[in-house]
Amino acid sequence: MSHAPTGAAPEAQVPEWPMPRAAGCPFDPPPGLRELTAEKPLAKVRIWDGSAHWIVTGHAAQRALLSDPRVSVDERLPGFPHWNEGMAAGLAYRPRSVFNSDAPEHSRYRRIMTGPFTFKRVEALRPTIQKITDDLIDKMLAGPNPADLVEALALPLPTLMISELLGVPYEDHEFFQEYASRGIAHNVSAEESGRNFMALNEYLVRLVEQKAAEPADDALSDIAARVTAGDLTVPEAAMMGTGLLIAGHETSANMIGLATVALLEHPDQLAVLRDTDDPKVVAGAVEELLRYLGIIHGGQRRIAKEDIEIGGELIRAGEGIVVELFSANRDADVFPEPDLLDLHRANARHHNAFGFGIHQCVGQQFARVELQVVYGTLFRRIPTLRLAKSLDEIVFKHDRLAYGVYSLPVTWG
Amino acid sequence: MKVTVEQDRCVAAGQCAATAPDVFDQRDEDGVVVLLTDDPAAERADDARHAAAVCPALAIHIEE
Repeated sequence: MSHAPTGAAPEAQVPEWPMPRAAGCPFDPPPGLRELTAEKPLAKVRIWDGSAHWIVTGHAAQRALLSDPRVSVDERLPGFPHWNEGMAAGLAYRPRSVFNSDAPEHSRYRRIMTGPFTFKRVEALRPTIQKITDDLIDKMLAGPNPADLVEALALPLPTLMISELLGVPYEDHEFFQEYASRGIAHNVSAEESGRNFMALNEYLVRLVEQKAAEPADDALSDIAARVTAGDLTVPEAAMMGTGLLIAGHETSANMIGLATVALLEHPDQLAVLRDTDDPKVVAGAVEELLRYLGIIHGGQRRIAKEDIEIGGELIRAGEGIVVELFSANRDADVFPEPDLLDLHRANARHHNAFGFGIHQCVGQQFARVELQVVYGTLFRRIPTLRLAKSLDEIVFKHDRLAYGVYSLPVTWG
Repeated sequence: MKVTVEQDRCVAAGQCAATAPDVFDQRDEDGVVVLLTDDPAAERADDARHAAAVCPALAIHIEE
C-alpha cells in the first residue's frame, strides 16, 4: 500500500467496521484492525450506512483526540458516525445529555450526575457490595451444580447495586435488563431502537415524576429535585436515569463474566487473586482486567469540528472519528507485551477502558469497587471453580456494543 | 513541587481521589476536585504525579 493520505484512498478499498475477532482468540482485538493500523494510529473504515470515517487505535492519539475541544460528541452534526441505523433515526427524540453535548453544556449535565459516584461515596458502599456478593455466591453454591455464573452473580450484583443507588425498583429488573441489552446490539433497526427507547424512557419518566412527588434517599430523587428546581426538563432527567441504569449494570456484568472466563483460561493469573488478601493486589488486578478485556468495543463516536493533524494524517472538519478504546489498551508503546494478561502490570491503570477526556465514565469508581469485591471474593470462596463447557462452546457477545458472554456455565467441587 | 487544579475543567471522574487521596478530595455534592495540599510531602509526590497523568480532564497541573 502507498503512503498517500488514507483519506484519498478509493472508497472501495476502505474496509468495513466492525471487524470480526479471530476464531479462538475471544480476548484479542480483530486482526484486520491491527493490520490496518500497523503503521499509523488511525485509518479509514466504512460503517453500517456505507460512510467512511477515521478509526483511531493508538493510545496517545486517542487521548489527544478525546481531550481535544475541536472533537465533538454532537450527534446532530452532519456526517456524525452513528452506531447503527436505530441511533441515527433516534436523533429527533433523544434530548440533550452528557452523551451528546460538548463543554460547557456537558458540564451542567455531568455535575448533576456525579455526586453519588465520588470515590468516598462508593467506598462507603463496599460492605453492602461485599454482603450481596457473598449472599449470591452462597445461593449459587446451595443450588444446582453446574450453574450459570452470569445469572447467579455477574448480572444480579451490579443490577441490585445500581437499582439501590438510583432508587429503581429491583423487581423491574427483567424489564430494564431486557431493554438495555436490546438497545446496545450492533445492528438495531430504526423501528426497534425507537420501541426500546420509548419503553425505557416512559418507565424512567414515570419514576422521575414519582420521585419528584415523593423524594427518597437515592440518586434519581436528587435528579428529580433538579427538575422541580427548573434546572432540567423531565425528558433530560429521564435520559440521565436511562443512561445511568444501562451503563450501571450491563458493563459491570460483562466485566464479571468475561474476566471469569479469562482467569479460568489463565490459571497462573487466577492464582494471584485466589491467594491474596492485599487490597492493592486486587485493585491492580482489576485495572489489568479492565485493560485486557475490552468490554467497550466498536468504537466511541466523535466528529471533528475543525481540521486536526494527528499521527501523520489530517482529519478534516466534518469527518467522523471512531475511537476504538480497546485497541489503545493493547498499544505496545504503552503496555509492553500488550496481549499478555499480567495482573501485576505496573501501569495497567493507564488503560482507556473507561474512555478519556471529559466524557470518561461517570461510574468508574463504583465499577472498580464492584469488580474489586467480586474478583477478590469469587476465586477465594470457590477455589475449584471451572468452566462446565469448553471455551469454544461459550458464546461471546460479538454482536453487542458491550462485549462479554451471554451465559457462563461453571462447576465446582 | 507545586500542585494546582482547575475546578472548572474537572469532570469528577474521581481518578485523583482514588490515586492520591492525601492530596486530592472531591466535593461531596458533585465530586469536583478539592486540593488538600499544593505541596505534598516527598512520599506523596509520585501519587500526585500519577493522579495528574490519569486525570481525564487534564485539570491537574504540577510544577516540579
